[in-house]
Amino acid sequence: MTSSATSMAVREKRKRPFWTMERRDAAAGYLFIAPQLAGITLFVLIPLGLVFWYSLHEWNVLASTFRFIGTENYERLLTDRDLPRVLGATAIFSAGLVVLNMSLALLLAVLLNQKLAGITIFRTLFFSPVVVSLVAWTIVWSFLLQNNGGINGMLAAIGVEGPNWLRNPTTAMISVIVVQVFKNVGLNMILFLAALQGVPRELYEAARVDGASPFKQFRRITLPLISPTVLLTSIITIVGSLQVFAQIAVLTQGGPGISTTVLVYYLYQQAFQFHLFGYGSTLSILLFVIVAVLTFAQWQMRRKIVFYEN
Amino acid sequence: MKTELAPRTKVLVYGLMCVLLIPFVFPTWWMVTSSVKPISQIFAFPPDIIPRSFDFTTYGRVFELQPFAQQYWNSAYIAALVTIGTMLFSSMAGYAFARIRFPGANLLFMVVLLGLLIPSEVTIVPLFQMFLSWGMINTHWPLVLVPIFGAPSVFATFVMRQFFIALPVELEEAARVDGLGRFKIFWTIALPLARPALAAVAIFTFLHSWNLYLEPIVFLSSPDRFTLPQALTQFTDAYGGALWNVQLAAASMTALPVLIVFIIAQKQFVEGLAHTGLKG
Repeated sequence: MTSSATSMAVREKRKRPFWTMERRDAAAGYLFIAPQLAGITLFVLIPLGLVFWYSLHEWNVLASTFRFIGTENYERLLTDRDLPRVLGATAIFSAGLVVLNMSLALLLAVLLNQKLAGITIFRTLFFSPVVVSLVAWTIVWSFLLQNNGGINGMLAAIGVEGPNWLRNPTTAMISVIVVQVFKNVGLNMILFLAALQGVPRELYEAARVDGASPFKQFRRITLPLISPTVLLTSIITIVGSLQVFAQIAVLTQGGPGISTTVLVYYLYQQAFQFHLFGYGSTLSILLFVIVAVLTFAQWQMRRKIVFYEN
Repeated sequence: MKTELAPRTKVLVYGLMCVLLIPFVFPTWWMVTSSVKPISQIFAFPPDIIPRSFDFTTYGRVFELQPFAQQYWNSAYIAALVTIGTMLFSSMAGYAFARIRFPGANLLFMVVLLGLLIPSEVTIVPLFQMFLSWGMINTHWPLVLVPIFGAPSVFATFVMRQFFIALPVELEEAARVDGLGRFKIFWTIALPLARPALAAVAIFTFLHSWNLYLEPIVFLSSPDRFTLPQALTQFTDAYGGALWNVQLAAASMTALPVLIVFIIAQKQFVEGLAHTGLKG
């Protein structure tokens, strides 16, 4: 009996196929991720390598010059007179957008989290700009913000003389920020609302018994418990703000002057209007570094900001 | 926070919400109503919140000035292809990263996540050069391929992975004991359960493709290839001044169908978004 059991085990071992359950599963795993991985390699990673390679060249598409110049384009970054103003505009735009977007999203989410009749209708309406075509939304705001447009018309009707919104550097910047905030704040609002609804009600009841004011409840219970959502949405919003292009192109074309020329728009101008692919690539690298540093910094900060993680 | 509010507070909250609603709702209203105003009334003072008379000829002009039907079709079929492709590939990758154990999975997941740090704005110059060398400039290929595999699809993969991680594994394990292959399990068991996450991915992806602007203006040059966002900016007179009413008519035709679909399906829409792994 023992001998037959041993011989069976030997036969089993000999017959054991190459394609075990684990191996088959691992192969399936690779096959499942293959399309995405191939696509990312071809359309993201290789282009990133190329953009770095291009940035070391003087490359004027019109004159069809392509010459290795080492770090000259990077030195040009330091001497580019417009660049400090472009980076300043980018910083103001992104900071303004994130602060306004996050605080408005939180306010709307708190309002929508009340038990009120018809609250779904309000939720739908606040969210609706998210699904309106971006350029259509920007065009109608551009129409509204004309000197003789709807906004100044209504201001005049109550006796206020409105500025020429898109022709003055300060109001133009405010306009592009505000137009973008109203367009997209609904997304963060919904994410905050979902987070608020996940806060256990017992905590508020306990706090009320202890006599905590609504403001204190919000600071001590709500904010800490929704902090993971706040962190994630702030990363997405900041990275998204650095990609804003269509709104600038349609509303102000970066003007007046270069007051609303953010980095993406400047990069587009250098590469595709002035045909400077080399310098355009250097600006792309700058954009990439900014996105990477900001994302990394926020991720590092999560231990300080985020109260708990699932 | 869900407690019954005092009546006075209720009135206050309603009032505050109605005021806050104005910048969210009025632009869409103004777009549609201005598009049917005769040109003489479009900058009327004081502004007419409700049009005094209607002029629908602007809608015909949209199709005279641009191959608008063709442009509409371009945007629609590109967005459809991108949405289907992204749903398929990102759910497969997300499933594998969540469920299947294979050597190097963590490292490969980091590589995929790297895609999130590299928006296509960063790589637009080499992408242009690549598609130029493949003879694909002024075709729709870049607008289909780059979104399916670039940063937006990485985001979709992340959402799908988070969803599958949270999904109970028992059903799939029972199927494995019964000898079902991985692909069968994925296709017949996991994917149907992932409907909420897939809906969210579909919405994000569709809107992203539908709104794409930088890529079309870089890659496309002839009007019959244009997509809608690009076409909307082309309604100008001989001096480059905007033909506001025609432009707003085109904008309304672009915005309203999606808006109507959203209002009909808003429950699935909003809840789909809320129930992604984004909750943190």
